[in-house]
Amino acid sequence: MPELSTPLPESPRQRAWRRFRQHRLGYWSLIIFAALMGFSFCAELVCNDKPIVVSYQGQLYFPLFKDYPETAFGGDFPTPADYLDPFIRQRFSEPGNFAIYPPNHYSFNTLNYFSPSPNPAPPSSENWLGTDDRGRDVLARLLYGFRLSVLFGMLLTVIGVVIGVFTGALMGYFGGKFDLVSQRLIEIWSSMPELYLIIIFASIFDPSLWLLVVLLSAFGWIGLSDYVRAEFYRNRTLEYVRAARALGLSNGMIMWRHILPNSLTPVITFLPFRMSAAILALTSLDFLGLGVPPSVPSLGELLAQGKGNLDAWWISLSTFTVLVVTLLLLTFMGEALRDALDTRKADSR
Amino acid sequence: MSQPLLEIKGLNVAFGSPENSFTAVRDVSFSIAAGERFALVGESGSGKSVTALSILRLVADARTSGQILWQGESLLEKSERQMRGIRGADIAMIFQEPMTALNPLYPIGRQIVEAIELHEGVQQQEAARRAVTLLERTGIPDAARKFHSYPHQLSGGQRQRAMIAMALACKPKLLLADEPTTALDVTIRAQIVELLSDLQAEYGLAIMLITHDLNLVRSFASRVGVMERGRLVECEETDRLFSAPQQPYTRMLIDSRPRRHLPAAPTGGPILVKAQDVEVSFSRQSDDWRWWKRVTTPVVRGVSLQLAEGETLGVVGESGSGKTTLAMALLGLQKTSGGRVEFQGERIAGLNRNKLRALRAQVQVVFQDPFGSLSPRLTIGEIVGEGLALHQPELSRPDREKRVAEVLIEVGLEASALSRYPHEFSGGQRQRIAIARVLVLKPKVLILDEPTSALDVSIQQQVLQLLLALQQKYRLSYLFISHDLAVVRAMAHRILVLKDGLAVEEGETEALLANPVQPYTQALFAAAKLGEA
Repeated sequence: MPELSTPLPESPRQRAWRRFRQHRLGYWSLIIFAALMGFSFCAELVCNDKPIVVSYQGQLYFPLFKDYPETAFGGDFPTPADYLDPFIRQRFSEPGNFAIYPPNHYSFNTLNYFSPSPNPAPPSSENWLGTDDRGRDVLARLLYGFRLSVLFGMLLTVIGVVIGVFTGALMGYFGGKFDLVSQRLIEIWSSMPELYLIIIFASIFDPSLWLLVVLLSAFGWIGLSDYVRAEFYRNRTLEYVRAARALGLSNGMIMWRHILPNSLTPVITFLPFRMSAAILALTSLDFLGLGVPPSVPSLGELLAQGKGNLDAWWISLSTFTVLVVTLLLLTFMGEALRDALDTRKADSR
Repeated sequence: MSQPLLEIKGLNVAFGSPENSFTAVRDVSFSIAAGERFALVGESGSGKSVTALSILRLVADARTSGQILWQGESLLEKSERQMRGIRGADIAMIFQEPMTALNPLYPIGRQIVEAIELHEGVQQQEAARRAVTLLERTGIPDAARKFHSYPHQLSGGQRQRAMIAMALACKPKLLLADEPTTALDVTIRAQIVELLSDLQAEYGLAIMLITHDLNLVRSFASRVGVMERGRLVECEETDRLFSAPQQPYTRMLIDSRPRRHLPAAPTGGPILVKAQDVEVSFSRQSDDWRWWKRVTTPVVRGVSLQLAEGETLGVVGESGSGKTTLAMALLGLQKTSGGRVEFQGERIAGLNRNKLRALRAQVQVVFQDPFGSLSPRLTIGEIVGEGLALHQPELSRPDREKRVAEVLIEVGLEASALSRYPHEFSGGQRQRIAIARVLVLKPKVLILDEPTSALDVSIQQQVLQLLLALQQKYRLSYLFISHDLAVVRAMAHRILVLKDGLAVEEGETEALLANPVQPYTQALFAAAKLGEA
């Protein structure tokens, strides 16, 4: 067996990764998306109404991590300091004191009380992408909104995958009556009107992000469980599973070690598409006013504002761009993943 | 007749792009005269099917060079339209698996009528009449009614007959038969070969038979071409080829038919496995309107057997005779509906979890399909070491890896295979891995379910040698399940013949083969043509 001595043990995982990298559009999409995500996680250092470091009368303050009362900087009230107040800023510029502000002085909820033009204000040196109709900085809201959307999408995807894989695996592996009954239950469950439920719940409870996560997760796993079920059904009759049973492995171990790794292809392929669907769902609900409360930065709420203020082009245009770029990157990544895992496609080394 | 019917000169067939190409057929030349019975023999991947397909220009994405002359005219220069006139009408083809070669959505009669209408332009009723005649001629009983049957309603043998009827529909001059009997049971195999011989004589057909089965070639063909890795290494009259093979490869092929080098079974060893009146039946929903009723189909109907230490019991039978189900029942992986299975005197059905697990290490199984029986996403080390980790959790990781490496070397692989994945290995190597997986547990009984059926003859020989050597070394008991009598004869001390779930006959191998009592056993042995070996 001379071919065994060639040093080329490429695992299926390595092979998929190599093929993914060969798909240049998808590979670059992944890099750009990761960079954007990393950047948005540093949003507090980029868009914030609090300085990063303050040196006041020989003492160092870190307002990012701790709230200081106005009295600490020579103000009159023991309320948390407003670092954009001209009085405070003047104090910081006295000799001996200094304050390092983030590049953009506004957080997602900061109102610009000192805007020279009425809200919504067009882009200026102060608000780089203008303000919305309540005087909040659009750039800051976009950055925080992007972060929230991506995190929301990831959370929803993870929950959906976990529930979907779990139920699909059980149904596919055990089959028979258990499968029959669960399938009927799933059919009943999936025929409930999702949107109505969200509207009803939004009117009963205070709208919140967690409510949305719970409601969307409750329905989001169904499609995936069908795929996993079919894969388990196919794989459990294969001989390597019989061999594992003959070895004496327990059901759980067979499912976990043998069938699951061979059933994950549709799950992984769908990940980016599921994420973009989740982001889109959040945006749509926010746009309709059924989503998160207005204080939370959200792309959908910005879109709604853009629709309400058509002359304020900077709101709708910038939000639209962010949304399109995000979804496009996810779609490209999904395509590359699909090609990388497609065994019928020839291997172009 | 001076001009041959078909003449192939310097045929090359290559796949892939010009820079990165794979040549499946290299410089192959042969000719077939009208009414001749020619056979092309070779192992898998030798290019015999590609050669046949390229005669009809049915290979997709291939670059073909050389000459294919049909009655003096070059087929490679014909237009696609002209080729369609030749396919089916002058040169017909039948395939290995008739289930996939017939369209499942149309009755077989209609598919034959279609071919006749297409090539000869006769009226539908006339075509239908001819189709029924053809079906009758190919030996399908009640042909007028079977004319309206769908492929799935026919048995495997009947489907192959229907395929032959379809191929003969337009009275071709040459029939390309690509492994026409491989998917069939031995008794039916013999019938189909007989039918082909009769038809060949009756219609004056030339037949090109493609097969890996040398037995078949010997009784059927007048001339044989042997292919190895895309080259035609030898082309000779059948008698001359078998009596005086010129090429080492041909000699190797002829010699690699399983031979019996079996030491006698040790006497007085303890009985390890004892099965008494084992019954297994499957239940399914009834077909009629009473959907809540269950219908039970018995698959194994009261089989008793004993397996002593160090001996091999061969279980033979045709497909559907319950061989594999019986094996699963002996392993305790299939619920029995009656009878009892004992291992070392203890009844399997009553064991608790821990004892059952201990039993698993002692009774192990090797499956037929070397591609399906290894999980594609685990390394060889993980696959082989898994059972060890389960049954001997006290072993440390380095100890375990050492044991796995030792067993891999023992089955004839290198220790470097540890970190590789199954797709990097050939069929024979994978079967060795499957043997290593069970051997590492030091079992007492191995159930071998058609362990060599998916392998080429030369590889099959190596795997059988390995199994024999291991049996000698570890005093293993084998339950050897196979439909291939030649292999069972080479391996088994005793033979059990199964038919429709019943044990028809049992006895010492040589004695049973010499004097089968039951008519079914006689028919089975006669069909396998063992006498010529």
